[in-house]
Amino acid sequence: MADFEPKIVAFCCNWCSYAGADGAGVARLQMPTNFRIIRTMCSARIDPEFVLRAFSKGADGVIILGCHPADCHYIGGNYRARRRIALLRMVLEQYGFDPKRLRLEWVSASEGEKFQKTMVEFIDTIKALGPTPMKEE
Amino acid sequence: MTKSALVIGGGIAGIQASLDLADRDIHVYLVEKDPTIGGKMSRLDKTFPTNDCSACILSPKMADCIGHPNITTLTYHEVLKVDGEAGNYKVTVKKKARYVNPSECTGCGDCIVKCPSKGIPDQFEFGLVTRKAIYIPHAQAVPRVAIIDADNCRMIQSGKCGVCQKQCGKGAIHYDDKDEEIVLEVGSIVSAVGFQVWDAKIATEYGYGRYQNVVTALEYERMMCASGPDHGHIKVPSTGEAPKKIAFIQCCGSRSEKKGWKKYCSSVCCMYATKQAMITKEHGDVQEDIFFMDIRSYGKEFEAYIHRAENEYKINMHRSSRVAGVEEDPKTKQLIVSYTDAENNRCDDAYDLVVLSIGLNPPDGAKEFADVLGIELNEYGFCKTSVYHPLETTRKGIFVTGAFASPKDIPTSVAEACGASAKAGAYIVDKDFVPCEPKVYPAEKDISGQEPRVGVWVCHCGINIGSTVDVPGVTEYAKGLPGVVYAQETMYACAQDCLEQISTAIKEQNLNRVVVASCTPRTHEPLFRTACREGGLNPYLFNMANIRDQCSWIHMHDQEAATEKAKDLLRMAVAKSALLEPLQGTFIPVTGSAAVIGGGITGMTTALDIAAQGYPVHLVEREGHLGGNALRFRHKEDGVAVQDFIKDLISKVESCSLITVHKSSTVKDIPGFVGNFKLILTDGNEYPVGAVILAVGASEYKPTEYGYGKDAKVTTILEVENALDGGKFNAKDVAFIQCIGSRSDTVNYCSRVCCSGALRNAIAMKMKDPTTNVTVIHKDIRTYGFREELYNKACSLGVRFLRYCVDNALPEYDGKTVKAHDSILGTDVEVPVDCVVLSAGITPDREEKEEIAKMLKVPISKDGFYFEAHQKLRPVDFATEGVFVAGAAHWPKFMDECIAQASGAASRALTIISKENLISEGIVATVNENYCDGCGVCKGCCEYSAIDIVTLDDGAKRSVVNAGLCKGCGCCVAACPSGAMEQKGFTNAQVMAEIDAFFGGQ
Repeated sequence: MADFEPKIVAFCCNWCSYAGADGAGVARLQMPTNFRIIRTMCSARIDPEFVLRAFSKGADGVIILGCHPADCHYIGGNYRARRRIALLRMVLEQYGFDPKRLRLEWVSASEGEKFQKTMVEFIDTIKALGPTPMKEE
Repeated sequence: MTKSALVIGGGIAGIQASLDLADRDIHVYLVEKDPTIGGKMSRLDKTFPTNDCSACILSPKMADCIGHPNITTLTYHEVLKVDGEAGNYKVTVKKKARYVNPSECTGCGDCIVKCPSKGIPDQFEFGLVTRKAIYIPHAQAVPRVAIIDADNCRMIQSGKCGVCQKQCGKGAIHYDDKDEEIVLEVGSIVSAVGFQVWDAKIATEYGYGRYQNVVTALEYERMMCASGPDHGHIKVPSTGEAPKKIAFIQCCGSRSEKKGWKKYCSSVCCMYATKQAMITKEHGDVQEDIFFMDIRSYGKEFEAYIHRAENEYKINMHRSSRVAGVEEDPKTKQLIVSYTDAENNRCDDAYDLVVLSIGLNPPDGAKEFADVLGIELNEYGFCKTSVYHPLETTRKGIFVTGAFASPKDIPTSVAEACGASAKAGAYIVDKDFVPCEPKVYPAEKDISGQEPRVGVWVCHCGINIGSTVDVPGVTEYAKGLPGVVYAQETMYACAQDCLEQISTAIKEQNLNRVVVASCTPRTHEPLFRTACREGGLNPYLFNMANIRDQCSWIHMHDQEAATEKAKDLLRMAVAKSALLEPLQGTFIPVTGSAAVIGGGITGMTTALDIAAQGYPVHLVEREGHLGGNALRFRHKEDGVAVQDFIKDLISKVESCSLITVHKSSTVKDIPGFVGNFKLILTDGNEYPVGAVILAVGASEYKPTEYGYGKDAKVTTILEVENALDGGKFNAKDVAFIQCIGSRSDTVNYCSRVCCSGALRNAIAMKMKDPTTNVTVIHKDIRTYGFREELYNKACSLGVRFLRYCVDNALPEYDGKTVKAHDSILGTDVEVPVDCVVLSAGITPDREEKEEIAKMLKVPISKDGFYFEAHQKLRPVDFATEGVFVAGAAHWPKFMDECIAQASGAASRALTIISKENLISEGIVATVNENYCDGCGVCKGCCEYSAIDIVTLDDGAKRSVVNAGLCKGCGCCVAACPSGAMEQKGFTNAQVMAEIDAFFGGQ
């Protein structure tokens, strides 16, 4: 598994986590290249279908990054994202996915370091889990 | 008749001042003496403390400026005469002969190639390279048009040549061009003429001009810069090889009594040298040594930056080291730097390259310029201002901003520039004011039914992207992507020439989608959208791939994988773009009033500046009286007691009919959005406002050290100032201990004001009784700018200075003596005391700030102060529109800095509340009626009550979105169980296309 390079989709909200990811860049915080960021205005825009689509296409992991609780630019969008993702993790588990492949995390606009740490950790987690079960079929 | 405003100087300060005025529909003349705007900032490679690429953040501003319908940019013009008075100036301006008509020149450069002249030093590159007699000042010049240097032109000098005229297909070259004079009628003037760098040749001991490998810091910026003469490959001038050892010598031209040197501190050199050292490390493995007396990292997040330089980048910091001299080894051309090390040993070390951190001087010709304007200069030759009126010159209606008033950094200049524009605007906006007409863009072309024709631009961003990502490879790859009919690589996508190229290509290539792979849409999307509009394309048919901030910058050590990632990101962006649709924003009415939270000097200044232009202000103060922290000051500034100034300010605020002061009040909530906030106070009253300014300040740190509060001998700066003022100060042996509550293990920042505060009082003690023993125990003395005067005066009065090592524990105190390790003498020193003054820092009151931050959804920095939209160029804005910050709530600062920033915030707020309508984003939710059965799930989850469920004639229910209220979060779209809801600009199909494109790599 040493040469396994996972493919990860990262959904970031425009106001906090996407800005935090930019902040990581501005601070030149280095990290592995395994993820691609898709920007939405709010984490509440992440339709569960997006996550399922990513997995069905072969994503080894999906991470959703939103504003910290109570900091959502749209008041309470991140709370809704949290509920949806919690449910979705249960659904994924029923389909034989390790729920650890789907993660929700809070990163603020000033948390470049947290973005880096979160991504490094998540990539390590997915590397430990190995390729998506979709590949085995 | 409505007057225009005049801004003199087209550097970053002048650009910002012009933009702020123009955004309030005031017409502006921007006069710049050089052939291009951009000033000194356009020559910088990167900027501290974010290491943002200077061109990347400046280019959009330059493009905004030249493209702004309300700004007439007059480059290569000079002000000759100012007649009249405030509100009614007649300004004579010389249009210097350029010999190329800027409106005909396309900047193609054909003339330059054929020009037979050569070897003329290129001023933009500080003579590091040469140019022709006809030239374009630099690649990112604005306007990007040619100019003839008449002194070196054969045709103009002898009539024998004319090659360039023959080459020019546009007939833009006119050898008979003459200087002309024009007269501008303006209401007020902002002077932003900047600074000149100190002439390093004066420092003969450092050998600049004699030794090839000694360069100035500004030359070094060009050597580092990707668009510089060596394309960002740093080379030792004598060998052309990469340097292995570089020395940076600080205070070159500053902080010295030597002949030709300046007594003041130039404020920015410590930071720019550290930046240069850090960026150099990113270019290659090199040993770097910075020699300085004090490191002055007093600004926002500067201290952390210095720590990173030292600990992560392993840059050697030589404290207390004034370099005595530099000698060249005539054989190797290496440079021997002589200095005294921390252990007081004389050292001689060899370096490949020496960079002189030259200081900031008043601009060339400042005296003549001041005479033309009829304004006074101060003793150092900079524009004369006062602490209480930092933006005002000595002539009414003429304002100053930026480094022309004192050496300062970019964010301070920008905040001041906004402030100066608020002041200048007050002379123009009166009851007869007629605002400029809005800009008319070319008609949008109808793309309905067309197959996607995508144009792609891939940006090198100097070396920011290009050194990690294979930009030509990505561009080539783009050409094969579905729908792409045009792909181009570019040095700077945001530069004026590329923006014009985008507009032109939309027409010529008949593009109906544009994708730029460069930096982040958070800062640059508006610029490219405007370029699309210029080309007749709806701005929402544009998409960006972030291959810098989220790719090249975070994967610097894996070029191959970073290039693959850039291709993926571009492919995803192109796939989404194919599905983009033209969108229109809706008009939102704006409430023409503002809320200012905090009634200190900052808040009061902001309120007065807004009211001065006729808009009502609600000023909220939690105490029962106005005045804030400054009520505790007992000293004078410019001969006037702070208390007298505050009294005057309070009476102006309280007697102003447009300002409603809410004392003993706090904010319960501020719901709403730009132009339409609702200020709800704890007393239950509600007030509609269009903008909110946070001026909540910060507090003095309450020391827990040295038995403060129990031991009567231990006091703080403000307390000792009070005692001195009240004649109650009798101590004979005083020790000031600096950095209490600053620069510690728990508080990582410098509180900026304490060094000056301590010295101000140390001086007062010595003036009162010269026999008093006063010792200042410090880490660095940070009396930046003209505040260095305090340091010099304290020294001359016999105040002792004792530096304790930065890493050492605090000095010890046993009730009778203070014991500290003197890092210069290398011994422990005991100071007998009957008074210990703690220089207590400034603490942000984080919890309070968080409360308001949560209401307005604005971020807080890791140090606990408010976190602005961009540290360099948007110092008083938040990313959340309509909310601004000023004063100590943003960062600890001096009174004059608070006042200038307060005016800056007022100006930014005025750009919003002076408008009757704003146009909302087109990214809103929409309902597909064929799928909607009116279940109401969407209504339930909308935080903005933007959705209604209506009953149709046939009894069926439908969801209806109010586009004016919709904020475009997309929450309802994800919630909709029937797929009837869509978010424009982020439709299900568009996001799915992005996901699919990631996995459908080619």
